[in-house]
Amino acid sequence: MPFKISEEPLDPVLLKGGLEQASSGACVTFEGWTRNHNEGQSVSLLEYSAYKPLAEKEGARILQEALERFDIEKAECSHRVGSLEIGDIAVWVGVSAGHRGPAFEACRFIIDEIKSRVPIWKREHYQGGVTGWINCESPKNEKGSQPL
Amino acid sequence: MKYKIEYFALLREQRGLSEETLESEATTPSELYHHLKEEHDFSLEKKSLKVAVNEDFADWDAEIKDGDVIVFIPPVAGG
Repeated sequence: MPFKISEEPLDPVLLKGGLEQASSGACVTFEGWTRNHNEGQSVSLLEYSAYKPLAEKEGARILQEALERFDIEKAECSHRVGSLEIGDIAVWVGVSAGHRGPAFEACRFIIDEIKSRVPIWKREHYQGGVTGWINCESPKNEKGSQPL
Repeated sequence: MKYKIEYFALLREQRGLSEETLESEATTPSELYHHLKEEHDFSLEKKSLKVAVNEDFADWDAEIKDGDVIVFIPPVAGG
């Protein structure tokens, strides 16, 4: 499956193997890592969840759009769900192409579209036990749990 | 009409359920969300959500039918 929601840790070496082709002269990959801070808060743990049937459908559409829009040969993406620790790979995108230009552009296009369109959610756990759903909460509508 | 509703992220937390089947007079996702938001005091406004019917994105004013599976999609945060 070119776009996969994974409950298991992502292995970039294994994933890159799916892109290899004799006709490809360029491979661009992107790894999104979980970082230990956001908006001034110390983050200790992150939970990702997805509406899997639609996430895989929409993710596959994005990869297909990239194949039509850019001169590339293969495009794949895996997104992790579950509890992640700091430094884990949350998302992996890989593109192979004849030349580097379209590979860079397509990789950027794919990660940007995934972040804005695919039904995946992130909940951060901060130092002190407070949690927050990213992009879902603001001080105006908080119900007591949002630190932003 | 009987609908199955699946909840994710902040909506799951605020509803306290991952899914439910309920009887409703609503004939569009828009009407259904309006009703549920009132009943459960959801903090998210409709304009910040998307909606899916039977595992694909749908219009807020699409006609929904008995047995449809509805998912209200909170702002996404992948990557």
